[in-house]
Amino acid sequence: MPIITLEHISFKYEEKWVLKNISFEVNKGEFIGIIGPNGSGKTTLLKVIDGVLIPQEGDVQIDGISCNKLKRERLAKMIAVVPQESMMIFPFTVQEIVLMGRAPHLGKWRFEGETDFRIARQAMEMTDTLSLMNRSMNALSGGERQRVLIARALAQQPQIMLLDEPTAFLDIKHEIDFFDMIQLLNKNQDLTVMAVTHDINLASLYCDRIILLRKGNIHCMGSPDEVINESHIKEVYETNVAVDKNPATGKPRVTPLSSHPSDGGSRLKSGAAPQL
Amino acid sequence: MRKYFFLPFFTLTSLTLSASHRSEQDNVVTMKRVLRVTIALFAVFVFVSAISMLVGPGGISILPLLKSLFTGWSEATFSLPSTEKTILFSIRLPRIIFAGIVGACLSMAGVVFQGLLRNPLADPYILGISGGSAVGAIIAIITGISLLPLGIPGIAFSGALLTIILVFGIAGTKKEIHSTTLLLAGVIVNAFFSAAILFLISIASERNLHSAMFWLMGDLSLAEWSDIALTGLFLIIGFITMYIYSRDLNLIVTGEETAMQLGVNVELTKKVLLIAASIVTGVAVSVSGIIGFVGLIIPHMMRMLSGSDHRLLLPSSALFGGSFLIVADTIARTITAPAELPVGVITALCGAPYFIYLLRRKAA
Repeated sequence: MPIITLEHISFKYEEKWVLKNISFEVNKGEFIGIIGPNGSGKTTLLKVIDGVLIPQEGDVQIDGISCNKLKRERLAKMIAVVPQESMMIFPFTVQEIVLMGRAPHLGKWRFEGETDFRIARQAMEMTDTLSLMNRSMNALSGGERQRVLIARALAQQPQIMLLDEPTAFLDIKHEIDFFDMIQLLNKNQDLTVMAVTHDINLASLYCDRIILLRKGNIHCMGSPDEVINESHIKEVYETNVAVDKNPATGKPRVTPLSSHPSDGGSRLKSGAAPQL
Repeated sequence: MRKYFFLPFFTLTSLTLSASHRSEQDNVVTMKRVLRVTIALFAVFVFVSAISMLVGPGGISILPLLKSLFTGWSEATFSLPSTEKTILFSIRLPRIIFAGIVGACLSMAGVVFQGLLRNPLADPYILGISGGSAVGAIIAIITGISLLPLGIPGIAFSGALLTIILVFGIAGTKKEIHSTTLLLAGVIVNAFFSAAILFLISIASERNLHSAMFWLMGDLSLAEWSDIALTGLFLIIGFITMYIYSRDLNLIVTGEETAMQLGVNVELTKKVLLIAASIVTGVAVSVSGIIGFVGLIIPHMMRMLSGSDHRLLLPSSALFGGSFLIVADTIARTITAPAELPVGVITALCGAPYFIYLLRRKAA
C-alpha cells in the first residue's frame, strides 16, 4: 500500500490556484525528488502533504488515512519536515531545538527522559552538530542552523521525511554528507523521503523518482532517466541546457548553457561544457 | 536604613539562578531543574517579603520580632503590642501579598504575550487591555462609583473584558488569529483609549484628578483581602492553564508552522493562551492600576538568566516578578515617607538600570 496518496489535489492562496489537480502515490521507502522552476508549487505541495495547508479540493492520505482525519500529534510522529529557514526571536540552545523533535512522542506533561536525550544526541552526532549543542541558535551560521534543523527532524524518528531545499545553505561537503545520510536511512530503515530541490543533478543522483512541476501541474513523473532530458527541462525551465550522462554515475546530468549564442554555442561545440 | 536590606536582593537572585544554571551539565530544562529554581526563587520571595514586613514608617524594631519568631508564631503575635500587630498583619502583610500576586500576574502574562506574538517588545498592556481598564477606572472615579465596594476594580475589569472582545474581534477571522493583525489592533485600540483617558482627565475635578493619576501610575495601597483573594484565584487558574501549554509555547516561539509540524494544535493553543494572559492582565490592572515595566522586563531578565524554555521561564518569571514588585512597592512606600510614590515610578527606575546591566553582561 502506498504511504502517501494524493488524489486530485487543488490548492489556492486567495484567488490564484497554485496546485491544479495533482494526483500521485509514493510507496514506502521511496526517495522522491520534486523539481520545477520558482513558483511552480513545490513548497506548497510539501505543505499540503504535511497538513499545514488544507487543499480546497482533493484528498491527501498518509498510510491510507485521510490527512484531515489525523490528529496533528499523530501526523507529527509520522512526518518530519526540514524547512528552508527558521527565524529564532528568542534564543534556544541547539540541544533544546533538537529535543523539540521529541515533542510529538511525549504527552503534554512529560519532560524529556533518558531515551529522548539519547536519540537527540544520536541525531546531533549524525549531523555533525554535537559540538554546538550548548550554543544558542542565534550564534550559528546559516549552514550550522540548517544542520540543527535536520537533527531535529531526525530526532522525530519519522517514517516520512519532507525536505524543503534542505541543503540550500550547506557547503558541498555537508550537502553530500547530508544526502548520503538520508540515502542510508532511506535504504536501511525504509525512510520515505520527498525532497524539494533546485539542484537537478543532485535529484538525479539520489532520487528513485522525480516529479517535475510546472505552474501547479505535474509535467512529468518518473525515474531520473525518464524525467531529465533536454526537451523536458527546456520546456519547463524555459532555458537552454545540455543533458548527457554523467560518466562517473551513469545518471543524467544537466548543464545550463548561456542563452547568449556566441558564448553558449561555442562552448557546446568545443565540447567543454562546464560542470556544475 | 533598613531599605538597604534590599540591595542584596538582586545579587542574591542572579547568583541563585546562575549557580543552578552552571551546575547543570547539559543546560537543558528537566523537572529537577524546574523544581530547584522554583524552590530557590520561592526562598528569595519569602526572604524579600520578610524584610519588607520590617521596613516602613511604623518603626517596628526587629529584635523582639525575631526573638518571638523563634519562640513560636502564635506566642509571637500575642506578645507584640497591638499597634505593631495591626501595622504588621493588617497593613503591611496584605499589601506585600498583593504586590507579590500582581507582580506574578504581570510577569507571566508578559512571558506569554512575548512568546505568542514572537515580539520581544510585547508586554501585558500591548493589546490595549490596560487602556480599556483605565478608562473604566477613571469613569468610576469621576462618577463616584469608586465609593462602592469593588467599584473601581469592577468597572475597570469590565473595561478590560470589553477591550479583549474588541481587539480579538478586529483581529480574528473565522478560523485563525494572525499575530501581526492582533498587534496592530492592540496598538490602535491603545491609542484610542489614551485619547479617551486624556479627555476624562481634562474634565475631572482636582480631587478626582489626584486619585486618577495615582491609579494610572499604579497603586497597591488599596489592597483589601477580598481583592487579594480574587486576584490570587485568577493567578492560580491562569498559571495552571499557561503551564499546561508551556511546551507548546516553546514550539510556537520557533514558528507557528514548525509547531504544527511538531504536533501542536496551534490555533487552539494560541486562543487559550491569549485569553488566559489577557484575563490575568485585566484582573491585575483593574485592582492595581497600570504598573509599567514589570511585564516587559522580568521575562527578559529570566530568559537571560535561565534560558528560553517556558517550562522554567513561566514559574521563574512569576516568582521573580512577585519579589520584584514587593521590593519596588516597599521602596515606594518608604522612600518619601510619610508620603507615597506611585509604584510604577519605582519599577521603571530600578528595573531599567538592572536590565541594562544584564544586556551588557550578555554582550561581554
